Amino acid sequence: METKLTFPKKPYRTHGGVHVPHRKNTACRPSVEMPAPSSVTITMSQHIGAPCKPVVKVGDTVAVGQVIGNSDAYVSAPIHSSVSGTVKKIDKITAADGSKVDAITIESDGEMRLFEGIKPPVVENLSDLLKATRESGLVGLGGAGFPAHVKLNIPPDKDVDTLIINVAECEPYITADHCEVLENSWHIMSGVYALKEILNLKRVIIGVEDNKPDAIKVLKDIADNEVDKYDEVRILPLKASYPFGAEKVLIKACTNRTVPMGKLPSDAGCIVMNVASIAFLAEYLKTGIPLTKKRVTIDGDAIKNPQNVIVPIGTSVKEVIDFTGGYKTEVKKLIMGGPMMGAAVSDDSLFIAKQNNAVLAFSEKEAKLREPSACIRCGRCVNACPMKLVPPNITTAVNAKDVSAMLSADILNCMECGCCAYVCPAHRHLVNNIKLGKQIITNEKKRQIPLKEGK
Amino acid sequence: MDNKLYVSSSPHFRSNSSTTKIMLDVIIALIPASIASIVFFGIRSLVLISTCVATCLLCEYLSRKILKRDNTISDLSAVVTGLLLALNLPVTLNPFIAMFGCVVAIVVVKQMFGGIGMNFVNPAIAARIVLFVSFPTAMTKWADPFFYAKDAVDSVASATPLVAENGAYSYVDLLIGNCSGSLGETCAIALLLGGVYLVLRKVISPIIPCVYIATSALLSLILGQDPLYQVMSGGLLLGAIFMATDYTTSPITKWGKVIFAVGCGVLTILLRTYSNMPEGVSFSIILMNILVPLIEKATTPKAFGKIKKAKGDK
Repeated sequence: METKLTFPKKPYRTHGGVHVPHRKNTACRPSVEMPAPSSVTITMSQHIGAPCKPVVKVGDTVAVGQVIGNSDAYVSAPIHSSVSGTVKKIDKITAADGSKVDAITIESDGEMRLFEGIKPPVVENLSDLLKATRESGLVGLGGAGFPAHVKLNIPPDKDVDTLIINVAECEPYITADHCEVLENSWHIMSGVYALKEILNLKRVIIGVEDNKPDAIKVLKDIADNEVDKYDEVRILPLKASYPFGAEKVLIKACTNRTVPMGKLPSDAGCIVMNVASIAFLAEYLKTGIPLTKKRVTIDGDAIKNPQNVIVPIGTSVKEVIDFTGGYKTEVKKLIMGGPMMGAAVSDDSLFIAKQNNAVLAFSEKEAKLREPSACIRCGRCVNACPMKLVPPNITTAVNAKDVSAMLSADILNCMECGCCAYVCPAHRHLVNNIKLGKQIITNEKKRQIPLKEGK
Repeated sequence: MDNKLYVSSSPHFRSNSSTTKIMLDVIIALIPASIASIVFFGIRSLVLISTCVATCLLCEYLSRKILKRDNTISDLSAVVTGLLLALNLPVTLNPFIAMFGCVVAIVVVKQMFGGIGMNFVNPAIAARIVLFVSFPTAMTKWADPFFYAKDAVDSVASATPLVAENGAYSYVDLLIGNCSGSLGETCAIALLLGGVYLVLRKVISPIIPCVYIATSALLSLILGQDPLYQVMSGGLLLGAIFMATDYTTSPITKWGKVIFAVGCGVLTILLRTYSNMPEGVSFSIILMNILVPLIEKATTPKAFGKIKKAKGDK
C-alpha cells in the first residue's frame, strides 16, 4: 500500500463501459412518502446469505421496527416489520428471481405505531458499531443486498485505508440515490465521518457521476466545511458512463487499485458503501429505527407520474404504482431494478424488498425484443466489457456446454452489467447466455461433490 | 394484471445499432470509390458493379433458401461483398466471369461455412484470387482511365502503377485515381474519404488501416522503394481500409489487430518486391485471415483483476 494516500483530481482510467441514455426524469422531483399500505408481505430473504426464520406467529400483533425474521448465521441480516398491525399469514411466495421464499404477510392497522423497544444504539467502538449495524437490518442498498455488518467487519489481516461512497447511480432512470443526496445530505456526511472515525480510515472518496452537478455541489459544500479538519473526505466527479457504479470499476476509478478476481474490495484496501446505506446508518445511529422503508424510483414510459417514493418494505408493486397515479398505457414489461441489470417480472403483485431501488414499467414500444442474429465478430462487446473479457469466447464455450473452456474464458469474472449485450449489433442475448453458463458450472460442481465424497 | 408481460434477461435496454446499419455504413463509405471508378472507367464499371451486387444478393437468397436457413439478405452483407469484389476487378472483365466470382464468394466461401460471421477468409478476396488463378489473362487486362472516350484500341492494354516504368504516374495521378488498375483501387482520395467516414462512424477501428499502411511504408523504405508510391498504388488502400478490416476475418482483440495488420503490411511489400506477381494485397490479407484464430488466442486480454500465477503456485 502507498505510504501517503493521495486524492485523484480526476478518475483513473477504467476499461470499457458504454454510454447509455440517462432518462433521469425523476431527478428534480422531491420524493414523496407513501402512507401505510393496507397490508405488506415481507420476504425472509432480502439479502445475500442465509434466509431468516420467521420469529412471529400468525395472529401476533407487531409494530414498526419489530424484528419478525432473524437468523443465527453470520452472513444474514434481521428483518423488521414495516407497518404496525397483525400477522395474517406465513407461507412461501415466488420471488422476483423465480425462487420460493418464506414471507410474512402483515395486515396494517394504519397507525404506523413504532415498536416500544426502539432506542438509539450506544456506539463507542467497532464491535458496538457492527452489532448495531446488524440489528439495523442494513444490507447493501445499491442492489446487491450484502449484509452491511459483514462488509464493515474488516478481517485483521486486511489493511483497509479507504472508504468509497458510491453515488455513481449509472443505471438509466434511477434517481433514488440522487434524491437521497439532495434530501438527506447532512445524514450522509455525518455517517461518513462516523464510519471514518470508528473504522480509522484515512481517506474517503465520494464518487458521483457528473450528470448530477447539484448533488456534487451539495456534498462539496459540506465536505469543504470546517467539520473536515484534515480534508480527508473529498468528492470525485466521475464521467457519466455505465457501469461506474460497479464496485470493482469504482475502486479502480477512485484509487487506481485492482480488486483481484474472486476477491473482495478489502483485498484492495477499500470499503465501498452505497450512499443510501450510509445515510440510513447515520439515521439509525441517531434514532434506532431499523430499515423498514426504502426510496424507490417509479418510472418508465408506461407510468403516468414518474417519481421517487419512500415505500414501506413489503408493499406490493401494484400498490406503489397505484399510489403514484397508475399506468398510462398498457404495460408490456415490468422491471425490478434498473434497465441494465434489473429483473423482468411476470406481474405486479411482487413486493418491494430492501435492495430494490427502482420499479420501471414499459409499454410495447420499449419492451419489444429484437431477434438475435449471427455474431459478425465486430468486437464491440470486447471494447465495452469493463472486466476485459471476450464475450464471444464465453458464449461459444457455453453453447458447447464446455465447463473448462467457460472457466478459462473467465466467465466467473463477469458481473452481468450488460454492456456487451447493449452494444451488440446482432442483438445477441449475451448476458442470458453467460448466466446460463454460470448455472451449468454450479450444477456441475454440485454433481461432482457427491462423487468425491463417495470414494 | 390481465395482460401478459415480456420476461427476458437483462439488459432491457439495447443500443440502436444493428448489422444492417453497419453494412449500410460500409456501402456509404464505398460510394466515393465507386463513383470514381465510374468517372475513370465509364459505364462498364457501373455494369460490373451492378452485376456483382445483384448476383451476390441472388446467391445469398438462393443458398439460404436451399439450405433451409432463415434469410439474411436484409443484413446487406451480400451487397458489401458484391461491391468489394467488383471494385477489385479490372474494368475489361467479362461480366459473366465476374458472376462466377460472386458465386464463389457467396456460395462457397460464405454460405458453405455457415453464412455471415462464419467465413474464415474474406469472401471478396477469396473470389478475386479464384478468378485471378482461373482467368489470369482476363484478370490482368487493365485499361487506361477515360479509355472509353478515346478510340485507340491499344489504350485498353495498359500498365498499372506497380509495373509501370518509373515516373509513368505522378503522386497527383495516384491520389485522384488517374491511373490504370482495378475499378476501386485507383482513387486514393476516395478510399481515404471512405476510411475516415468508417472511423468517424465507429464502424471500424483505425488500428488495422493505420498499422497496415505504416508497416508497408516502413518496409518499402527499408527495401529502398518510394513508400508514398507503394502505399497509394495498387490495392493497398482498398485492402487496408475495406478488406483487412472485415470483422469476421480480422482479430477482435486490440493487439491481435496490430499483429494482423503488421503481418498484412509485411507480406504485401515482400510479395510485391520478391514474387512474380506485381501485386500482393489479396494474398497477404488471405494468408493473415487464416492466422486469425491463432493470433486471437495469443492476444486474448488478461481479465480485469486476474493476477498472473506466480512461479511455484499450483
